[in-house]
Amino acid sequence: MKKKLVSALLCTAMVTSMIAGCGSTGGNDSSGAGTNSKEASADEQGKVFNIYCWNEEFKTRITDHYADYEEVDATTGKIGDITVKWNITPSDDNAYQNNLDATLLKQADAAADDKIDMFLVEADYALKYVDSDYTMPIKDLGITDDDLSKQYQYTKDVVTDSDGVLKGLSWQGCPGVLFYNRAAAKEVLGTDDPSEVQEYVKDWDTFKQTAATLKDAGYHVMSTVNDSYRVYSNNVSSPWVVDGKINIDDNIMKWVDDSKELVDAGETGTYELWSDDWSKGFYPDGKVFCYFGPAWLVNFSMAADTEGSIGYEGGWGAAEGPQGFFWGGTWICAAEGTDNADLIKDIMLTMTTDDTVMKEIVVDDDDFVNNQDVMNEMAEDPDYSSKILGGQNPLPMYIAGVENLDLSNLSAYDQGCNEEFQNAMKNYFEGSATKDEALDLFYKAVVEKYPELTY
Amino acid sequence: MKKKRSRVSGYNKWGYIFLIPFTLAYVIFQLIPLVSTIYNSFFENYMSGLTQIGPTFVGFDNYVQLFEGGDIWKYAKNTMVLWIMCFIPQIILSLLLGAWFSDTRLKLRGSRFFKTVIYLPNLIMASAFAMLFFTLFSDGGPINSLLMQIGFIDTPYKFLSNTGSARGLIALMNCLMWFGNTTILLMAGMMGIDTNLFEAAEVDGATSTQVFYKITLPLLRPILVYVIITSLIGGLQLFDVPQILTNGTGDPMRSTMTLIMFLNKHLFSKNYGMAGALSVVLFIMTGILSLIVFKVTGNDKRKG
Amino acid sequence: MSGKNNDGLKKGLGIKARRILAYIILIIISFFCLFWFYILFINATRSNGELQAGFTLLPSTHALDNWKNLLHGTLPIVRGMLNSLIIAGSSAVLSVYFSTMTAYAIHAYDFKLKKYIYPFILMIMMIPTQVTALGFVQLVSRMGLEDSFIPLICTTIAAPVTFFYMKQYMESTLPLALIEAARIDGSGEFRTFNHIVLPLMKPAIAVQAIFTFVSSWNNYFTPALILHDDNKKTLPILIAQLRAADWLKFDMGQVYMAIAFSIFPVIIVYLVLSRQIVQGVAVGSVKE
Repeated sequence: MKKKLVSALLCTAMVTSMIAGCGSTGGNDSSGAGTNSKEASADEQGKVFNIYCWNEEFKTRITDHYADYEEVDATTGKIGDITVKWNITPSDDNAYQNNLDATLLKQADAAADDKIDMFLVEADYALKYVDSDYTMPIKDLGITDDDLSKQYQYTKDVVTDSDGVLKGLSWQGCPGVLFYNRAAAKEVLGTDDPSEVQEYVKDWDTFKQTAATLKDAGYHVMSTVNDSYRVYSNNVSSPWVVDGKINIDDNIMKWVDDSKELVDAGETGTYELWSDDWSKGFYPDGKVFCYFGPAWLVNFSMAADTEGSIGYEGGWGAAEGPQGFFWGGTWICAAEGTDNADLIKDIMLTMTTDDTVMKEIVVDDDDFVNNQDVMNEMAEDPDYSSKILGGQNPLPMYIAGVENLDLSNLSAYDQGCNEEFQNAMKNYFEGSATKDEALDLFYKAVVEKYPELTY
Repeated sequence: MKKKRSRVSGYNKWGYIFLIPFTLAYVIFQLIPLVSTIYNSFFENYMSGLTQIGPTFVGFDNYVQLFEGGDIWKYAKNTMVLWIMCFIPQIILSLLLGAWFSDTRLKLRGSRFFKTVIYLPNLIMASAFAMLFFTLFSDGGPINSLLMQIGFIDTPYKFLSNTGSARGLIALMNCLMWFGNTTILLMAGMMGIDTNLFEAAEVDGATSTQVFYKITLPLLRPILVYVIITSLIGGLQLFDVPQILTNGTGDPMRSTMTLIMFLNKHLFSKNYGMAGALSVVLFIMTGILSLIVFKVTGNDKRKG
Repeated sequence: MSGKNNDGLKKGLGIKARRILAYIILIIISFFCLFWFYILFINATRSNGELQAGFTLLPSTHALDNWKNLLHGTLPIVRGMLNSLIIAGSSAVLSVYFSTMTAYAIHAYDFKLKKYIYPFILMIMMIPTQVTALGFVQLVSRMGLEDSFIPLICTTIAAPVTFFYMKQYMESTLPLALIEAARIDGSGEFRTFNHIVLPLMKPAIAVQAIFTFVSSWNNYFTPALILHDDNKKTLPILIAQLRAADWLKFDMGQVYMAIAFSIFPVIIVYLVLSRQIVQGVAVGSVKE
């Protein structure tokens, strides 16, 4: 795909990637350590390195940015004399987790070459794996807190187990902001300046007032109530499960009440994310004022490459919105029992801490990387701007949002709870059930998924 | 029949020989999982994250829990309602088409084309089919804009948020996917009928209706029984269409949640105990209903 | 169809009206059946952005792009089609052959266990497949048959639904007298089955071969749990993988193109086999 976003930086990037391309002359600590360990590894390290994941994102990153990786075919590669095997299972129907679970449970008895060495997880279910003995503490790999000092705190919160041990790393940050339709803002609010628009969406009460104004002008404030769900659910003060009992945080209930008001007033819809109705607002005729999302949403998922869309015309603006949140991201975990600890360490350090590699990822892939130095540097770069966002540099906003993010209230049940909660509440919003009936349905659905819980 | 049996008895060891491949494949790949299903229904046995809970013997606790609150009856009712909504139009359509296609006097032109076309929807993957359905019936989709243009409705109708229309859509999609299948089964059955019978009937001056009721239907009975039984079993196991169309929720308020969708919920936590119990219940229900069908149609006795 | 021979002039007035009615209904039904293919192929010509913009009846210009992206993407889509063909093809052949054999065993022979085996096989039919699936996967991994086609193909040898159909079909069309006649002629049992019974079952075999082929072709759930090597994966898994692609690669145009691509072989198989059903069998030789 295209690399519009950061094309301004291409010149610097070419230099850096040339250096990286020539092999580890980058000369910083981590890659040096990596080279050493690989030399020592020949006799003690396993010959096969198994990686479990659900799509090709990480494979592409490794192929492009991990200098020693040579691709053999679609699902195998080589790093030195170690064979890398990609075990990709799509996430539809929970197939990825089913497969991963089955293999992890056999991990202890599996032959060395069949053991999982590394697997990837998403935030919603990260704790299921992190809070188990099947995942190795990052510290045990020889990675120190110092190595990780530049990473955003929330990316560590997601993969910290209940005893406070860090068990995974990510190369990405996915902080989200509010993308507003500049034309709509000008028409209804009289301005499309990010800081002035921010005044209209600075907290949820103001947001609701603005929604009413927008409705009179024929706009939906958001496409669907599910757009704002993440923003509320990332800012909770208690986890979904407390002492084996399902617990609904006040902020989540606030989402229910705020959303019901908006729906009843006809100020937003109840569509599923990614549905046709949801994406109508990517075009001016869809009459949607804003979407909540991270950089990847506006860059790749909002039809910016299609003529006639708001993004194509550079018609979006970014504002911080009522609360900070994140959406998406992939975390790398090391499986307990691996016989390739040194290689895991080197991959983790190279892919998630190496400034050169991370800058390369920003430039080549438009990713928002998990490295404060790199991102801060770009946020201050006057040449850096996004065409889709009408020339705005949104990085300061992403960064501001992500710094305040507190994700200490995650639980291993988040995937099921978030999913079932939104599903159940849809009935309430659409008038098929009362709030209590919808809540009952939610409790029932969660207990079906997690029989050990009570309510 | 009796006479024939005694005459062929010397060959009967071949009965066992011909059963070997089926039995082998069955025992290896299906019997073990099946036995463990029933066995598991008496245990508390699920995964909490990556931790195995149980198996602990709990007797009939899973069954008790299953019937507590009575939700299972609701899902059973949903399943039957969906099956009937889909099966009745389907079997009528299939019989009608079958009768037309086999009616020598109607002499439909292009019947090969029609016969081919009716099965085609079954070739599309259910998930792909559902993607198209979503597009068509979404709030801003073509069906809604059509209905609004002709002034039938003012605001988009939320097809999947109302019990009636959600069930209707599921039945429609299921029916579209499977009526060709049923028609083909019936047609293949009709092909097996001796053509001379039809010719003789025509010579005797029988009407098409008479031919259909007096010749086609009786001779088709074994196949019809097959169609009803497999459709019943398939109906009770109705899963993929409602699962995909409602995204597994059975919305609105679980009025389209079928028994297997419910079972699927338990598989998320690999709750073999509850899933096993539900399967056994489902198995008993299917068994009773199939037995009724067998009895009503008198399948066991062949006419001469 | 049966009785293509002309029955001449015995048409009442009703026939004409019935024929017109039949045509109207058939045309409506055909429209509903073909319409989906039309949108599917239209969608395959549209880009991701255009697809997001909603529904249209007019083709776009991105068919070639979608095709190239799909072909040159990282997923071995052609290989996937080969795998699907191997699995669905062998499943159909094995399932139909052995199910007919089993049905024949029950239909033509009389042995002690028969009255237990028949109801037992019918019982198996009533077990929901979802439950045994996870147990099946555990079993397969214990047997070391992951990433192998064997568990996917060999299970179809024991297909109760196909068996049941064959049994019912034999009941309506296969006279035992014929088998005895063959025996008197000195035909061995195995030979009788292969050379006399099987040809008579042609329409039924074609029907079940189609059904087995199609359901195996479109099966996602079990193969997804067993096949993990990209080079072993079947089309539905690859399509699911395309849909699960990360945002950088996500492209519904490619997904629709893959779906359209995956439909062609089934249509061809269907057309070939459906000839057998439509033409039927020379029943004339089998008079009781």
